[in-house]
Amino acid sequence: MSAAALRIALVGNPNCGKTALFNQLTGGRQKVANYAGVTVERKEGRFVAPSGRVLHILDLPGAYSFDATSPDEAITRDVCHGRYPGEAAPDLIVCVADATNLRLHLRFVLEVRRLGRPVVLALNMMDAARRRGIAIDVAALSRRLGVPVVETVAVKRGGAKALIERIDASVPDIVPAAIDVAGVEQLHAEVRSILADTVTMARDTVAIDDAIDRWVLHPVFGLAILATLMFFIFQAVFSWAQPIMDGIEGGIAALGTFVTGFLPEGSALHSLLNDGLFAGLGAVLVFLPQILILFLFILVLEESGYLPRAAFLLDRLMFRVGLTGRAFIPLLSSFACAIPGIMATRSIQDPRDRLTTILVAPLMTCSARLPVYTLLIAAFIPDRAVWGVFNLQGIVLFTLYFAGIFSALGVAFVMKRLRKDKSEHALIMELPSYRLPNVRDIALGLWERALIFLKRVGGIILALTVLLWFLSSFPGPPEGATQPAIDYSIAGRLGRMLEVIFAPIGFNWQICIALVPGLAAREVAVAALGTVYAMSGSDDSVASQLGPLIANEWSLATALSLLAWYVFAPQCMSTLAVIRRETNSWRNVAVAAGYLFGLAYLASFATYQIARALS
Amino acid sequence: MRLSDAPKGANAVVQSVSDAHPADPIAQRLRDLGFVAGEPVRLVARGPLGGDPLLIQIGSTRFALRKSEAARVDVSVENAA
Repeated sequence: MSAAALRIALVGNPNCGKTALFNQLTGGRQKVANYAGVTVERKEGRFVAPSGRVLHILDLPGAYSFDATSPDEAITRDVCHGRYPGEAAPDLIVCVADATNLRLHLRFVLEVRRLGRPVVLALNMMDAARRRGIAIDVAALSRRLGVPVVETVAVKRGGAKALIERIDASVPDIVPAAIDVAGVEQLHAEVRSILADTVTMARDTVAIDDAIDRWVLHPVFGLAILATLMFFIFQAVFSWAQPIMDGIEGGIAALGTFVTGFLPEGSALHSLLNDGLFAGLGAVLVFLPQILILFLFILVLEESGYLPRAAFLLDRLMFRVGLTGRAFIPLLSSFACAIPGIMATRSIQDPRDRLTTILVAPLMTCSARLPVYTLLIAAFIPDRAVWGVFNLQGIVLFTLYFAGIFSALGVAFVMKRLRKDKSEHALIMELPSYRLPNVRDIALGLWERALIFLKRVGGIILALTVLLWFLSSFPGPPEGATQPAIDYSIAGRLGRMLEVIFAPIGFNWQICIALVPGLAAREVAVAALGTVYAMSGSDDSVASQLGPLIANEWSLATALSLLAWYVFAPQCMSTLAVIRRETNSWRNVAVAAGYLFGLAYLASFATYQIARALS
Repeated sequence: MRLSDAPKGANAVVQSVSDAHPADPIAQRLRDLGFVAGEPVRLVARGPLGGDPLLIQIGSTRFALRKSEAARVDVSVENAA
């Protein structure tokens, strides 16, 4: 036994610091995937104990009870009971409980103890408990529960030492399952009795939480703080990222010149590398800083405990339009990317609320739209200060974000009216204590996001960019051709066919070509435009040149129309695929794609015609 | 009295949680979260729009409950704090 790898499952209530403990134990050695057949995130990590034994640690979704009310909780229940198909029963369950919130968390510990499996209880956040004057008699608690109890501070280096030593020593004996089949009342009575014997606390809440909540949840100031915060985030995304983006652009341009310098000018390989690879990838890579800044804010808000507060403030409004306050978190994640956003809807128990949230999530302005938005805004909107403090480009970006939000609310409202089932939806949401975000956890989160983005760039976007270069290079122009080479290619002909449909909304054939590979992912359209225009004969090809180029070629009405198109159009195969996976229905995919393309065409048509009439 | 009608800031004690309909999952979840007879609770704040949802403190945990959810919890109110 001692030589074999040990399978350990981490379980605990939401907000018990389980994921921080998981990060502490496994560091960067994590594998994030899905459970077979469903789409609840499965996080597994490896860890070698001081004795040399290999530990496989599975981070199960947070649960309040084995009496599951969401798919997440059902997974945790089934894995712990050892009846999840394809998932071996854990050799040891490490039950994590927040030492400052034992009244709630101990009840679940009692449920876990009843499983009749080896259990270790990790009392997490012991530092916070001590600061708050909560004294826990760990030895007595261990006696009462009949399981080993260790203290941990997941957010501090070495804070899991006691847990590691305990796991490494030996697998604890199975607690004789006290099958008293107690009801929920008896379970709480037992918790009260254990707490009375082992814990003394000065007061129930933290003074600082009360003080912050008085402002943050205030009917007027709370909403004002939320609005200010959102506005600040979007201004920051636009202005902070600029110097880094300039650096990346310069770097890629230099690299492109250096690499292609060895190749004969005018050769196919030179064109592929210069016009296809560097023009395409450069146009997309440049947006990594903005995506990371946005994710940084979301992660910090999430870790600090502010997000549920925002959900509290907005629940009423969201409920009116047929959503739930809980939808705030998935929808906010959708600002980074609709895919994790749609996946995060699993925390919404009510299936109707969940479906509505999934269908409107693609309307949130995801980071993949940023390349398109920033390209067009930088090229067409003057960089001018407004009222001294704001920037006109920032305001346009803010408006685009709000157009997405308001249309999402409108769509949700319509769906609510169309829905036949009017039974009650639940909110019931915990507002955790405020916490200072942990640098390591934020960094790991950002690293994961960056990897996902880079994999997309490296894989699908790269392939499509090269394919597009091929389509726009062949067949080559005939002898004595007067037009740019791309006009004679497959892509050029395809673009001109599509132009008929898109002319009423102001798109030229170059845009039409770019929209085709852009169906795979929004940011591909920018890469594609880079390639298309590079192939159209101009010498400079790298992304930085694309902005000034389209500023000369397009009318303002076309640019605004394309912006409007991107507010709605589901130019993202992955989003549609994840909707299929999450709802298990092609019908929902058809509904989502249909209404989004419909709205996009209408919005662009209106924008283009109005802008033209006004100019 | 119903928890949803409790005065803000008042200390109350849970009497019972009643099912709004047979096998009410919302009532069951409330019991799981500690809303059982004898537990002290407090209505800390009301939401900004229409006083909904409610911020309820039970033990050292705070929950946001909609009025309709809090209405399932029957409480007796001690003298207001």
